[in-house]
Amino acid sequence: MREAPILKADRLSRHFPVRNAFGIRTGAVRALDGVSFEVAPGETLGIVGESGCGKSTLGKALVGIHPLSGGAIVFEGEEISRLSGRERRAVAPRLQYCHQDPGNSLDPRWTVRRSLEEPLIVHTELEAAERVIRIRDLLRQVGLPQTHLDLYPHELSGGQQRRVGLARILALHPRLVVLDEPTSGLDMSVQATVLKLFGELRQAFALTYLFISHDLSVVRMMCDRVAVMYLGRIVEIAPTETLFRAPQHPYTQSLLAAIPDIGGRRVTDTFTLEGEPPDPARLPSGCRFRTRCPRAVAACAETDPALRPLRPDHAAACLLAG
Amino acid sequence: MLAPDDNLLEVENLRVSFGTERGVAKVLDGVNLTIRRGEIMGLVGESGCGKTTLARAILGILPANARHETGSLRFGGEDLLRMPRRRVDDQIRGRRITFIPQDPFASFNPLFRIGSQAREVMKWKSPRRPEHAGRGLFGFFSRYPRARRKADAADAVEMMRTVQIPRADEAFDKLPHEFSGGQRQRLMIALALMPQPDLVIADEPTTALDVTIQAQILKLLKRLVKERGVSVLFTTHDLGTAYEICDRITVMYAGQEVEMAPVDDFFQRPSHPYTVRLLESLPKPGREPREIGGEIPGLVDPPAGCRFHPRCAHATDICHMKRPATTSVSAAHDLRCYHPVGATVPA
Repeated sequence: MREAPILKADRLSRHFPVRNAFGIRTGAVRALDGVSFEVAPGETLGIVGESGCGKSTLGKALVGIHPLSGGAIVFEGEEISRLSGRERRAVAPRLQYCHQDPGNSLDPRWTVRRSLEEPLIVHTELEAAERVIRIRDLLRQVGLPQTHLDLYPHELSGGQQRRVGLARILALHPRLVVLDEPTSGLDMSVQATVLKLFGELRQAFALTYLFISHDLSVVRMMCDRVAVMYLGRIVEIAPTETLFRAPQHPYTQSLLAAIPDIGGRRVTDTFTLEGEPPDPARLPSGCRFRTRCPRAVAACAETDPALRPLRPDHAAACLLAG
Repeated sequence: MLAPDDNLLEVENLRVSFGTERGVAKVLDGVNLTIRRGEIMGLVGESGCGKTTLARAILGILPANARHETGSLRFGGEDLLRMPRRRVDDQIRGRRITFIPQDPFASFNPLFRIGSQAREVMKWKSPRRPEHAGRGLFGFFSRYPRARRKADAADAVEMMRTVQIPRADEAFDKLPHEFSGGQRQRLMIALALMPQPDLVIADEPTTALDVTIQAQILKLLKRLVKERGVSVLFTTHDLGTAYEICDRITVMYAGQEVEMAPVDDFFQRPSHPYTVRLLESLPKPGREPREIGGEIPGLVDPPAGCRFHPRCAHATDICHMKRPATTSVSAAHDLRCYHPVGATVPA
């Protein structure tokens, strides 16, 4: 029997209304459309997919930045999607969200010290002196010198801003951190440093990560399991090595085929996927991937395939998989 | 008119600096680079290494606070830095050297239809335009003969078909926002190839795109330039992308080139310590990425000698004093390092 999941998402959906020129609702973009998964404590679950697939919406919905249109989130045994105000705020320290762009998520007019102190003032009862100690500890743990406390965000490099963002989150000792594109916009060498830091912090704080990224090679390195999203749905979910070695969904296969493989065959010689994702407000009938799928058959236009288990830990949403 | 050898562009000892609040930043400090005809040259480096400045220097569109100091940019045998500004504007930029920008979202005028933006390019930069056509106000009012206009427009539509824009003739009447990112980058490639240039400068053209779209665009770009024999300077920070598309690769670090090699040789026998560490920092299954350690140096007061020496495990006294000269690892593989990795150290 597996350990009870720390987070359970059950048929989450988030619809954004589409309005015409008169402000009348004419349809909806289903950014999340029945997404279900579980995260075990201490696990790193990767969420991958291309822009517009709903992976950021998913991250934001989990921490309550986006309200849900439907579904339920169970976090540490407590259903949190219907909580509001004070009750929801009590959950926040344990369930934190790390913003995509650390440069824009730090207040440009606040020093690092003030940015780090704010979550402690809001969420804890610590005295000023205790807060100072906590802040100094945090700074050391994310590998920044104490002298940086009085700097402003623009005086820091991208990698350092990322560290401050992390320190701010860790201040509250979270249990689960949603990392939204944590390496986008970083240089290769900085990325390596930041990834290593994520690994160390996971150990030190016993964290569980939800790792949202479009970079498959980073996900492969960091995650225990990976969920692949396409147009608001999870199309495949499996342990990392299984997914990369034997992907079952044609979309996952194309996604993996598109990653440059240094020293291997060139993608420019082998890549065959044509076309682009359809307009999310006008989805095709049946399977959402069928318009680009190299293996699509007539049945794909009629049946919308549900995520079905192929093996105990491997599921794919494709009629032809398995 | 062109030099007898097949080097299309020769950048020699190019220095460009910027006046900043903190002093003069030497953004390019003695850069050497050659691009052969029909070759895709990858320019790889991290942010701040000067790859975008080099691209802009070749195009002649450096910002106003930039100063050319020394060096030369020989394009087809002529030095672009010493060419009259007017000739560069008229006959080189946008005509024989064109540009594919990084961000296809910000690079179209959102208020004009695609067709009008394509026609504008062709009006001024079409290969049919006579060399000594009018400029300024006179040029503005001068005739754009109907026959040429029609031929140019037909070429533009043809080019849109070539880059696989669906229903190319209708695309002419659409606005930029009606296209997806991938399609806009296809349109950008079309605009860059319409004037039939000799050299295309592509500044990280796929960083804003998703991985499946990136694969499509790289495949398309590679096919088109190879068919037409166009040279490309392809700047990127992504070694994987460089592996996909380039024939040769030049690595830049802090405003200087450090290693230059044919693509397969480059990835099989990386020889500069910086290149080796860069490759090791890539995430790969089954091993932790290794960090380089230290930080990219500031360009106002860069380290003397080899600029990588403060971060380099192999550095000795000589590395602090003088920038290494270019040495050859093998036939086409050049290097600027006193202590190449994996080679016997020359006495």
